[in-house]
Amino acid sequence: MTIVFGIPLSVLLGQLLLGLINGTFYALLSLGLAIIFGLLRIINFAHGAQYMLGAFAAVLGFNYLGVNYWVALVLAPLLVGALGMLIERGLLRRIAGEDHLYGLLLTFGLALIVEGAFVKLFGVSGSSYPMPEQLKGGFNLGFMFLPTYRAWVVLAALVVCLATWFMIERTRLGSYLRAGTENPKLMQAFGINMPLLITLTYGFGAALAAFAGVLAAPIYSVTPTMGANLLIVVFAVVVIGGMGSIMGAIVTGLAMGLIEGLTKVFYPEAANTVVFLVMVLVLLVRPAGLFGKEV
Amino acid sequence: MTSLEIKQGAGVLQPNAVQERRQAAARRKRWFYLVLMGVALLAPLAVYPVFLMKLLCFALFACAFNLLLGYAGLLSFGHAAFLASGGYVTGYLLSTYSGLGTELGILAGTLASTALGLVFGLLAIRRQGIYFAMITLALAQLVFFIFVQAPFTGGENGLQGVPRGHLFGVFDLNNNLTLYYVVLAVFVFGFAVIQRTIHSPYGQVLKAIRENEPRAISLGYNVEAHKLLAFVISAALTGLAGATKTVVFQLASLTDAHWHMSGEVILMTLLGGVGTVFGPLVGAGIVVTLQSYLSNGPLGEWVHVILGLIFVICVLLFRVGIVGWVLKLARRNF
Amino acid sequence: MKVFQKTACAMLASSLIAGAAQAQISDDEIRIGYLADMSGTYRDLSGPGGLEALKMAVEDFGGQVNGKKIVVFSADDLNKPDVGANTVRQWVDERNVDMVTGMVASSVVLAASKVVEQSGKLALISGAAASSLTNEYCSPNHIHWTYDSYALANGTAKSVLASGGKNWFILTADYAFGHAMEKDITKVVQSDGGKVVGTVRHPFPSSDFSSYILQAQGSGADVIAFANAGADTVNSLMTASQFGVAQSGQKLAGMVVFLNDIHAMGLDVTQGLMLTTGWYWDMNDESRAWAQRYYKRVGKMPGMVPAGIYSATTNYLNAIKATGSDEAQAVRTQMMATPVNDMFAKNGKIRADGRMVHDMYLAQVKTPAESKGEWDLYKIVSTIPGDEAYRPLSESACKLLPKG
Repeated sequence: MTIVFGIPLSVLLGQLLLGLINGTFYALLSLGLAIIFGLLRIINFAHGAQYMLGAFAAVLGFNYLGVNYWVALVLAPLLVGALGMLIERGLLRRIAGEDHLYGLLLTFGLALIVEGAFVKLFGVSGSSYPMPEQLKGGFNLGFMFLPTYRAWVVLAALVVCLATWFMIERTRLGSYLRAGTENPKLMQAFGINMPLLITLTYGFGAALAAFAGVLAAPIYSVTPTMGANLLIVVFAVVVIGGMGSIMGAIVTGLAMGLIEGLTKVFYPEAANTVVFLVMVLVLLVRPAGLFGKEV
Repeated sequence: MTSLEIKQGAGVLQPNAVQERRQAAARRKRWFYLVLMGVALLAPLAVYPVFLMKLLCFALFACAFNLLLGYAGLLSFGHAAFLASGGYVTGYLLSTYSGLGTELGILAGTLASTALGLVFGLLAIRRQGIYFAMITLALAQLVFFIFVQAPFTGGENGLQGVPRGHLFGVFDLNNNLTLYYVVLAVFVFGFAVIQRTIHSPYGQVLKAIRENEPRAISLGYNVEAHKLLAFVISAALTGLAGATKTVVFQLASLTDAHWHMSGEVILMTLLGGVGTVFGPLVGAGIVVTLQSYLSNGPLGEWVHVILGLIFVICVLLFRVGIVGWVLKLARRNF
Repeated sequence: MKVFQKTACAMLASSLIAGAAQAQISDDEIRIGYLADMSGTYRDLSGPGGLEALKMAVEDFGGQVNGKKIVVFSADDLNKPDVGANTVRQWVDERNVDMVTGMVASSVVLAASKVVEQSGKLALISGAAASSLTNEYCSPNHIHWTYDSYALANGTAKSVLASGGKNWFILTADYAFGHAMEKDITKVVQSDGGKVVGTVRHPFPSSDFSSYILQAQGSGADVIAFANAGADTVNSLMTASQFGVAQSGQKLAGMVVFLNDIHAMGLDVTQGLMLTTGWYWDMNDESRAWAQRYYKRVGKMPGMVPAGIYSATTNYLNAIKATGSDEAQAVRTQMMATPVNDMFAKNGKIRADGRMVHDMYLAQVKTPAESKGEWDLYKIVSTIPGDEAYRPLSESACKLLPKG
């Protein structure tokens, strides 16, 4: 057996694969954050809550309405996306043009409200969500046992990430979005409905978070605070990738998953901290993040 | 009374009216401070002193934070690190060396967070806006990790039963009332340092940098050094608040180092009014009172929801903060 | 001379009586403070449900003892030690609260119990797990009622060892409590002829445990023990189930698992899990009857913590009834002299270190087929006598115990 740094290669491979799986979650979540930041210049602190809402929508839909996993995977993002659009229309719009700090604080307040209310309504022990029949079981890869569901998570998340990237970089709608990021006034003058575009963008970012939430529901315990714990790491990922950079968010998300995976083998106590270490180092060398443009 | 004095003065000396008004304002201010001081001195007769001490510690924390955000325009998302390091160092020294005077313990805690502030500042000060916030957050998370791992902090349990000790070996601080006046003195000292800083020429340069950094640079000011000094002063006073808090509660815990604490101080400052002298004081007062009132009442389970609502309402309606809003009203009416 | 002695005796006696008279019910009210996490991580463990259990105990006394009214205050500690300590200090200073109960998060309890000790009141701790409360942090002013980490680790580890798991892998939450538990488990395993083949310490809290589970799978251990609690345990167990740990023949041992955790995870994930508990609602007629009353008020079946709060409060009020005093040491002495016999424990006794020693139960989580209802979750496998379950006094570092 080949040994790398005192760890058998096969074990290392397994850990890297798991890291990659976690990385896809980071990628999906940071992608939504990056898109929202790109156009609205708002750090969406409610992102964790939206992720949690997605997971809860799946659980509640299943428990009370018998909605199955595949339907939830489509419905939950639509619902949370719609809610996101309402929030943008009703609240965020009022503070457009103010200091970015206010957007951060407003969404932080919203997250507190939603999470607090869910704790009151559903408790903190959380609920479990049954694994869909088609995705039960797993493969034996020789060096590890890979549950089918985790493989599905990677596949689904990567497809959604790449589709989003394609939409933004290669379609007309995406070009409006990118141009709007650069100069919203000019776009408005060109007759593009910028307010609508902003609403849709925020809704889409929220929907991505909810999608990640539904993906997470069968494998993690669904609790009102599940997003709050993840959020701060996802922020770090976005900052490392470069705020507002789509490719940066995806690539950094995957890379951070890998780095975290390795940390869990060599120095597990620091697994939650390593991302911040990387962030400090990256910002010292490249102030605008790996893929960001210096402002 | 004051208006009468102005009229009399105007009759005799006919001085510059602007200067007169300024003097009147200064007089009013002096009266205001005197009344405030009187209230602070008598407060423990009416309100539970430990609660007042908590309030003062958080008020100092918020004032120190406001120095940075309100006057230097730097949003730090890592101030919990200074609060906690001040608290831990003081707590550790006081519980390990039993003969140590409380004042030395607090001094050591303050120095520790000053040093930490210098390190943070040197690393972060070149970054601006959201990147500055994020790098301070990241550094604070690293410090949090160290506090979790280091043996002297007691990990999750924190430092418990820190002795309050004696001030200068004479005053027994186990008496809540004695301690209250010590904490009040600490607060007044911290507040005075901030006032002095703001109104000094240095403070004016700081404001100029906040308003227009390129112009300040072109005028030949060393912008980074100015910002760094503001950051270090803010960190030092935050550490002082943390150290005092440890003596009051006789404990230091990870709660103070958690990023939620960095968020809480932003809430206090924003609620009261960023860049106003008394805003952070009012904000800290409201948040601390609310937390203790809610946690004791039937609404306890809703505490997060209510805090969140306040955040949202504050951002939508009171962006200038409560004190900022009052000042605005005052300016319109007088 | 004789006369003088007699008078002296009489004076002494009368002053003693006067002293006893003074130590009657302070303020003519029995004031109880309930301190717990009402809005955060430990809300479901105790929280509002625990308060309801406390109120049930008070109501069973008709709201008064010997004609003195019982008043209950409650507060949310927000899981912050400073908030908890401050609340208790204020209760004592301003309201002269006699007893504090609930008390969940270890860091909060350590801080709050320091205040209770300084002010000479009494704390009946039900929620907290830390066995250090009756060891290095023991105090004449608190009693640890329901369970502790030592009893849970000890009970579960012994039984799993006995059923043939020799090589252990321990997954530890990286904080003081996790470390203490890891130490306890290691000791039990080694003294009973087992071996700890690996440990991994994960940050607290963590969300993804797949990496650690994979390391545990690769370690060749027979048993994977979880020295963590709450959401961390829930996520560890769920991940273990997904990665087919049970199928590959490895056993799982959860150390700090509560009824609400099992209810949250569901039986699909948790079936077969061995755990130790201080009480289970479906143990006997008495426990069932009490649990039904609780269920009607709260809408959930009680775990051991609310039951412990009810039991501790009832015994506390009984002691006041017997002594006619609510002074902490008088009540504590009376409580120590009276065995605990109620719906919670049989022949429970309070040791000098403040530990309420009672029988613990080894339980196994039912399979979905065995379960007949939403809350039909455990089958009790065996009873662990209290003296075996808790840390023997000979190993204790408690300052209240006679030295030597």
